[in-house]
This record gives sequence, structure tokens and C-alpha cells, in this order.
Amino acid sequence: MGMTMTQKILAAHAGLDSVEAGQLIEADLDLVLGNDITSPVAIKEMEKMNVDGVFHKDKIALVPDHFVPNKDIKSAEHCKCVREFAYRNEITNYFEVGEMGIEHALLPEKGLTVAGDVIIGADSHTCTYGALGAFSTGVGSTDMAAGMATGKAWFKVPSAIKFNLIGKPSKWVSGKDVILHIIGMIGVDGALYKSMEFVGEGIKNLTMDDRFTIANMAIEAGGKNGIFPVDDLAIAYMKEHSKRNFTVYEADEDAVYDEEYTIDLSTLRPTIAFPHLPENTKTIDEIKEEIKIDQVVIGSCTNGRIDDMRIAAEVLKGRHVAKGMRCIIIPATQAIYMQAMEEGLLKIFIEAGAVVSTPTCGPCLGGYMGILAEGERCVSTTNRNFVGRMGHVKSEIYLASPAVAAASAITGMISCPCQLS
Amino acid sequence: MKAAKGIVFKYGDNVDTDVIIPARYLNSSDPAELATHCMEDIDKDFVKNVKKGDIIVADKNFGCGSSREHAPIAIKAAGVSCVIAETFARIFYRNAINIGLPIIECPDASKGIEAGDEVEVDFDSGIIKNLTKGTQFKGQAFPEFMQKIIAAEGLVNYINQK
Repeated sequence: MGMTMTQKILAAHAGLDSVEAGQLIEADLDLVLGNDITSPVAIKEMEKMNVDGVFHKDKIALVPDHFVPNKDIKSAEHCKCVREFAYRNEITNYFEVGEMGIEHALLPEKGLTVAGDVIIGADSHTCTYGALGAFSTGVGSTDMAAGMATGKAWFKVPSAIKFNLIGKPSKWVSGKDVILHIIGMIGVDGALYKSMEFVGEGIKNLTMDDRFTIANMAIEAGGKNGIFPVDDLAIAYMKEHSKRNFTVYEADEDAVYDEEYTIDLSTLRPTIAFPHLPENTKTIDEIKEEIKIDQVVIGSCTNGRIDDMRIAAEVLKGRHVAKGMRCIIIPATQAIYMQAMEEGLLKIFIEAGAVVSTPTCGPCLGGYMGILAEGERCVSTTNRNFVGRMGHVKSEIYLASPAVAAASAITGMISCPCQLS
Repeated sequence: MKAAKGIVFKYGDNVDTDVIIPARYLNSSDPAELATHCMEDIDKDFVKNVKKGDIIVADKNFGCGSSREHAPIAIKAAGVSCVIAETFARIFYRNAINIGLPIIECPDASKGIEAGDEVEVDFDSGIIKNLTKGTQFKGQAFPEFMQKIIAAEGLVNYINQK
């Protein structure tokens, strides 16, 4: 029986010729990732294990990004714990404030994730690296601890859903709209325990940043991982960013899929997920009422990359945010921040009345840097709009692309750039 | 393995880890402290009312969202002896097993059990008894591989034994 891309990567890392859906395997890991929230729990668990240290000091990445620069004393203690562990174990890829970024934007940029890898991370959005043709998935802290100690993890081999993407997205439609459309179609548990494999000729019309955004939100459909085939664009990205060798796996022609969908990207419209689930999607055309907004956030591991900054700037240039609007823009890494500065994007943001922050996950998970009060509404380019996610349990989050978020900041209500004068 | 017996707290679909333990409390990783905020954003009375041994029953996709292990840790530290759901989100499922919080998938049980019912779960057989209503359900048994992790009371002990 043929294998999917994901199954081939897993088989190779388990030392097996083939695997099938449902099989339990133990796979070798190329990278184990943790952040300032999940790593302290993992470090505590690892200390209970009878091991001398980490399995490989180059194959662990520790990125304090959720509550840094430290938001309070307890967060500072967590970061200190991670820092001391990194130094004690001579972890090569520990990223201090000043060199860190939001983990899932940072690791591909630093060349630590490449095609054919098996990667686990104690963060649910670890599935992002599927954009480069890697198998990567989120786990908890204990799995991270076991991964750091042994270099291995157990997996149940997933079955897959195939998404055949065709056509070219129109202006103001980006990767965010593609993935929100898919989640709206299959639901927040539509891909539970499964791989989401994105294929088809339409992929050539998606930038790498679009693909990172799409793979990033596979978890919001319950997926174990999201993955793209490796094309010339992905190879060029890896050659630019990484010195590591990579392996390209292709699905067999007779690979078995639980379901198959064809999506014509040219028919998609700017899409918004209404409170309180990412599956509650409407296109911009389906929104008839005026939905007034108090805050806009443009950033996160989903949409804090340079494409996102450029789109936001294109919309905000020469305009000003609505009176009373708080518009918070967070480039996801220091390199993206620098690039945005050199291209003059930061000037556009500040002149438009937005604030620009150093890299942090902060507001996305209601940590700090943009908490919502009771009754407030936010259009956010982040990934979750659960009850209380960004603050008060009676606040509301509308998930959208950077284009819609920037346009909404200007009008003060949910809007598309195509509606601006 | 031992059995669980307790009063049921009942929830619906897609109970996410943000409502199980809001991120504003993730500046701590102390189980006892996390337990004091367990379920706060979906049921602010949960912590006041939960007693050692009580059981959570929910519909589909329990534990979706963030990978925070703080979620099953908070539930376990609050005294909950078992979570029964129609389905679990996959990271939550792994995390619960890895920290030794018993969880069982059983669509019939989630439909046939109401808040306040007294329920008994036998982990060896997967049998779930609703003592209040006198009904019985068969939950999904764990694969052998996971049974070993559970028998070792978590992944850390399992690795140490190997």
C-alpha cells in the first residue's frame, strides 16, 4: 500500500521500510523545541529521569518568546530556569532576548528546520515547519523532556486528508484566508489525529510565508501536522537559510487518503473567523452588519512574517487608524523587524498611529501587550479566538489576514482593503 | 489499574486548554497553584465545588488548542480522577497519558451522563457505570503501548524503567 509524505518521513525515522495508519512507532528526532512556558515543566520532568544530559546539544532549540522581555517576576523566573538549563547543557540553539523571535518564525529563518525532518515542539503551532516538507508536530512538556533526553518520541502513524489546491488567489487573499476557509469547511476537529497534506498546482501561487501560515494553523483543525510538497521555492528558501542537508519525500501515487478536497484559490475571498472558534468563518461579503473594533493585532507565529508586514504597510500607507483604535504590530523576529525598518515599513506603521513591539507572543494568548477589557473586540492575525484567549471572558476576537486587520484598524470596523477609499 | 468513582462535571464540545487553564496563569508551573484556576473561564464555580475523585465528562474534541501540559496537570491537581469525552484533541490526549491522568473516549457515555451523576470507571475493562441512572457504557481501551506508560504512572517512569 502506498504511503503519504508524512508516512514516508516517519518510516524513514523509525528505521522501517513502510508504515501504515494506526501503527505505533518510535522515531528518531531531528529537533526538539521548547519555549519559556513549556520548557520549565520539561526541565523539571527531565531532572527526574535517569539520564546524564541532553541527547544532542545541537538538536534542541530553546526560545523564550511567550512572556519576554519578562512580563513579571514569575515569568522572569521561568526564563531564568530555561537560560540556566541551556548554559548547563551547552545548548547551541538557545536564543536570548535580542536574538530571539517567535519560535515558529525564528527556526526556519535560522535554518534549523528542513525538508524530511521529524520535529517535535512543546508548542501546538510546531506544525508550521510542514511548509518546508518536514514532519513537525506539537507535544506537551513531558514529551519534550523525553525527546531532549532520548532523541526519540513515540507516534501513532496518522492517516491523511488531501487538499488539492488549484488556481491563483486574488489580490488581498493570502495564506490566512486559505486556511481559515479550510477550517470553516472541515471544523476545528475536522482533521483530528490526521495529517493535512496540501498539494496541487495552486501551491506555486503561494509564497513561503503563505505556506507557513497555512501549515501553522493545521492544529486549529485538530490536525497532527500540515505538510507541503517541496518545490523550487521551498528549496531556494532552505538553501538561503540553512547549511543542513535535506531530504525530499513525495507521496506515493497510490497513497491512501481518508478524504480529498479540491479548493480553487481564485474563488476564495477575505475570510474572518468570528468568536469563539476558528471554524466560525464568514467571507467579507457575508458580513452585512457594522462590527466595531477596539483593537487590532498584526503579528504572531501565524502572521508576523515579512510578507505580512508588507501587506499591512501597503494598506496603512498614507492613512491613519480610526480614533480610539489601538493597533499593535509585532514583527515576529529581529531579522523581520530589521527588514521592516530598512524597507521603511515601521515608519509607515508609526505614522499611521500604530505601535510596533519587539518580538513576543504576548497578546495572542492573553499574556500581555494588548489584553482586552470586558466587551472589547479585536481583529487579530493570530490563530485562536477562544473565550478569554486575549483577555476578559466577555471580549471578542475576530481572526483575519493582515490585509483585513490593517483595513479594520483604519475604519474601526471589520473591513477589507478593497472597501477603503 | 485502579478504578475511579465520583460526581460528574459536564461540559460540551471543544473545551479548549485556554478555558481549562487561562494563559494569564501560565507564569506558574506549580500544580497546586494551577489547580486553583482550573476551568476558571468556562466554569468559575468548578474549583469551589470539585472534590477529590470527581469526574469530568465532555462531548467532542476536549482539550483542543494550546499544547500546555498545564491543562491536564491542573485537572489532575484539582482532584479529578478521570476525564471521559466523545473525543480528545490529540496533544491533550498524549499529555494526559504522559502525566498519568486517566482519560477515556466513549461517545455513548458522554451522551448518557449528566452533571451531578455519580459515575464509576474501571480502567482495566473500560467499563463506565452511571450509578445514578443504573446504566453502563464500554469505553475505548488503551493500546498496549499506552497501557505500559500508564502502568508506570507516566512517561518519565516508563523511560527510567527501560
